[in-house]
Amino acid sequence: MSNEAIVHGVHDAHATHADEHHHAHEHHEQHFFSKYVFSMDHKIIAKQFLITGIIWAIIGALMSVFFRLQLGFPDKTFPIMEKFLGEWAKGGKLDPEFYYALVTMHGTILVFFVLTAGLSGTFANLLIPLQIGARDMASPFMNMLSYWFFFLAGVIMFISLFLQTGPASGGWTTYPPLSALKEASLGSGTGMDLWLVSMALFVVSSLLGGLNYVSTILNMRTKGMTMTRMPLTIWALFFTAVLGILSFPVLLSGFVLLIFDRSFGTSFYLSEIFIGGKALPNVGGSAILYQHLFWFLGHPEVYIIMLPGMGMASEILSTNSRKPIFGYFAMIISLVGITVLAFLVWAHHMFVTGMSPFLGSIFVLLTLLIAVPSAVKVFNWLTTIWRGNIRFTPPMMFALGFVSLFISGGLTGIFLGNSALDIHLHDTYFVIAHFHIVMGVSAFFGMFAGIYHWYPKMFGRFMNKPLAYIHFFITFIGAYLIFWPMHYEGIAGMPRRYYDYSAWESFKNFTSLNAFISVVVIVVFFAQLLFVFNFFASIWKGRKVTTQNPWGSTTLEWTTPINPGHGNWEGDIPEVHRWSYDYRDDGHGNDFIPQTTPLRPGEEAH
Amino acid sequence: MSIFITVAIIFLVLMIVYQIAQASEYAAALRATEKERQKKTNYIMASLLVAFFFFGLYAIWQCHFSLLDRMLPKSASLQGEAYDMMFKVTLITTGIVFFITHALLFWFAFKYKATDDRKTSFFFAHNNKLELIWTTVPAIVMAVLVAIGLRNWMTVTSPAPADAHVIEIVGKQFNWIVRYPGTDKVLGKRNYRDINDATNVLGIDQKDPASKDDIVAQNGEMHLVVGKPVKLIIGSRDVIHDVGLPHFRLKMDAVPGITTTLWFTPTITSAEMKEITKNPNFVYEISCDQMCGKGHYSMRGTIIVETQAEYDKWLASQAPYFAPAAPAAAPAADSAAAATPAVAVK
Ligand code: HEM
Ligand SMILES: [Cu+2]
Ligand SMILES: [Cu+2]
Repeated sequence: MSNEAIVHGVHDAHATHADEHHHAHEHHEQHFFSKYVFSMDHKIIAKQFLITGIIWAIIGALMSVFFRLQLGFPDKTFPIMEKFLGEWAKGGKLDPEFYYALVTMHGTILVFFVLTAGLSGTFANLLIPLQIGARDMASPFMNMLSYWFFFLAGVIMFISLFLQTGPASGGWTTYPPLSALKEASLGSGTGMDLWLVSMALFVVSSLLGGLNYVSTILNMRTKGMTMTRMPLTIWALFFTAVLGILSFPVLLSGFVLLIFDRSFGTSFYLSEIFIGGKALPNVGGSAILYQHLFWFLGHPEVYIIMLPGMGMASEILSTNSRKPIFGYFAMIISLVGITVLAFLVWAHHMFVTGMSPFLGSIFVLLTLLIAVPSAVKVFNWLTTIWRGNIRFTPPMMFALGFVSLFISGGLTGIFLGNSALDIHLHDTYFVIAHFHIVMGVSAFFGMFAGIYHWYPKMFGRFMNKPLAYIHFFITFIGAYLIFWPMHYEGIAGMPRRYYDYSAWESFKNFTSLNAFISVVVIVVFFAQLLFVFNFFASIWKGRKVTTQNPWGSTTLEWTTPINPGHGNWEGDIPEVHRWSYDYRDDGHGNDFIPQTTPLRPGEEAH
Repeated sequence: MSIFITVAIIFLVLMIVYQIAQASEYAAALRATEKERQKKTNYIMASLLVAFFFFGLYAIWQCHFSLLDRMLPKSASLQGEAYDMMFKVTLITTGIVFFITHALLFWFAFKYKATDDRKTSFFFAHNNKLELIWTTVPAIVMAVLVAIGLRNWMTVTSPAPADAHVIEIVGKQFNWIVRYPGTDKVLGKRNYRDINDATNVLGIDQKDPASKDDIVAQNGEMHLVVGKPVKLIIGSRDVIHDVGLPHFRLKMDAVPGITTTLWFTPTITSAEMKEITKNPNFVYEISCDQMCGKGHYSMRGTIIVETQAEYDKWLASQAPYFAPAAPAAAPAADSAAAATPAVAVK
């Protein structure tokens, strides 16, 4: 089934469901297309981003299952793989060329399509207007465009999977000259062209979205919603958007130069190359220049992925501990610190490219500096749950898991940020373990927490709880079982992006460990299908939400009707009188005071 | 066809699981009130998290000791010894932080699960003293780690000693080519335009007298003398590669168009390492550590660390790349070659 068919199918069905609930208060009939497809309602756009993201996540995860089969069992064949991949897995044995294509697509899809668009796109769209008290985004039209550019980027990337020569295969970072020269690999032909076009569209989508998020947050807050009363989710999404706006254009410029080198004979990245039996005329370019441009986005990008999860975890930890977030201002300041430093550390991905050792030292210093605001956040989260009244709802479980994973992955960053250690660990499985824990799994945990928490707001129903807990434990245990041992492989020098280790005296003794990891990967993959099924089935079958504010939250989204229509609030937008974390006795037996409750006589504003 | 059946079966199983889970949720709702159920769930989940913590500690222990025998042997270079030391310090520091924060996380989760006893939780919104403590302490710890790191980094990246052996290693898809300067201890100039896969794999300038005695090993085998510093001149013919030297705890990219360098002092011969690791097949390997195409995983070189006597014997048995019988270089100046930038390697 094509992407489009799936998205439409779901919306189609969703239409009938939503109509039942909406008719009472909807005064104008909208055409199906303008309501659910080319919608300008931020809540619908959020769902579009989310569902598209889920579909991409399944595709990306399935790819990882395939290449893990190869890594875990290099001497076996898997006929099922031939069914899916055809010529590329003849006789059930993955072709090396396609192994690299799968790895490349897996990275690109998960980093950009799922954890950037799927994550920010969903929650920035859903939460910004609802939590600051706005009827929609500053420009609903640009918002719609942002989704459709993303959709188009996805279509092109999807098409590239079926090319005769395969999709791009130079890694998600697509370093030239490998990615610049057709002679260097099959995937550097048309596959790479489509990859670049797709990513260029993706950058446009991100910019349209980001500009909208920032202007909405700055201009459209309801009366009384000062910046310092905003929930931390909004602060986090704000800085996410700022990071994207400032760094994606640099990436685009890097891509443009690459397109020129590939198609118009320029030499930005090429110099003194002998390939395919002949010497190329290009001289004077620098292959390393691309890496500077790429990582100038690349590092902020990892925080673009991380910050929404941080914001949502803060919100969910506080709500479910029935306690204010500890150190609200410290949390904001640390977000500022992370955002600023994120732009000053990119070259820590390039310590061994031969760059000046002195420059390397500066980047070591700045990189380890970023650990300080990260540590502040962890301690504040811990203090938030301390002496709380913790309700272990599914979102809370994922938020706690998020904190654990962020600690584990952040600590290994301290190894990698120190160039004298990175000189051995660079491009080994240690890096794989580091960024999958801190960014991959932990950002996914933030996303899951957010989905379980705001699902009632999105669909007026709850997701099934027993399945949610099963999903949590399999994923949490599985993630550690998969990635923890990878640190050891990396410390032993095992390089990443290898198709087969059996010919290597130094690395072949990890064969049994690789098999173990691959088995866990398959289990975890199926646990994610459980989540996906729970997500879609609950749209129609989930337990109905019966109260406006099921979690007892202070924030504004829970003052809207259970199934809010376009415009969110039926009457006036409520006015805000207090900050978003007033979890305390309200004097009437409740343990929270909504933001809309006026200050009591004599009460001081936070 | 079978794909559809597989997918259909998976779908069916998921549907059944969902139905069961849904039924159990409704049944639970009938048996107890929302409040009682939440209390029970809190208890179960908090306990499971604590169980996870202890199981996790046990698993870490198991993982550590079962993998220990598969790790790299002690460092085979002086530089790597400093690395190993620093790694240990960082591991202990982060290990302590890991343990404390996780213990707190799971302990708080268990201890402060909601029960009926407490109506509202402790209102504790900020405390500047605490914030100050946990900003400065990590900053100080980081400063110490940075100091150790930069000291080692300066040593590793310092200029090679004057008496270091010079050896060139060049990557191409998908193998390593090693070049020794020969008796004159100077590598001849190279020009990528002179590369010819049959006769001149590195594009060595034959008119450069220094190139006459250069020795080229196309099998990617590098011979080093124990205790003698070696300076690697690193280059690439096509895409970016990376000279990965796990046993020496070092690596450096091989980038077309520029020359990178790396120097170190090997301390343990291959023969000694076979004894240390009790592995008769032990060999120092050069791994390509930068994705370079479909054969990346097979781009393997080897290093043989030997005594000076062994090395001399080996060297004497090697023929220069350009046999002395080759016709003497024509005196005519090749203007094209002169105009192109040669990779200046000395
Ligand atoms: C304490 C904070 C952190 C430090 C000091 C740190 C440091 C580093 C360093 C030095 C590298 C380069 C390693 C190498 O390639 O040799 C790296 C890789 C990476 N880090 Fe982190 N990191 C930190 C936190 C994070 C966070 C929060 C994320 C994501 C949300 C993240 C995502 C990544 C990714 C994706 C890579 C690998 C990219 C690639 O080569 O494909 N890191 N980290
Ligand atoms: Cu980074
Ligand atoms: Cu290579």
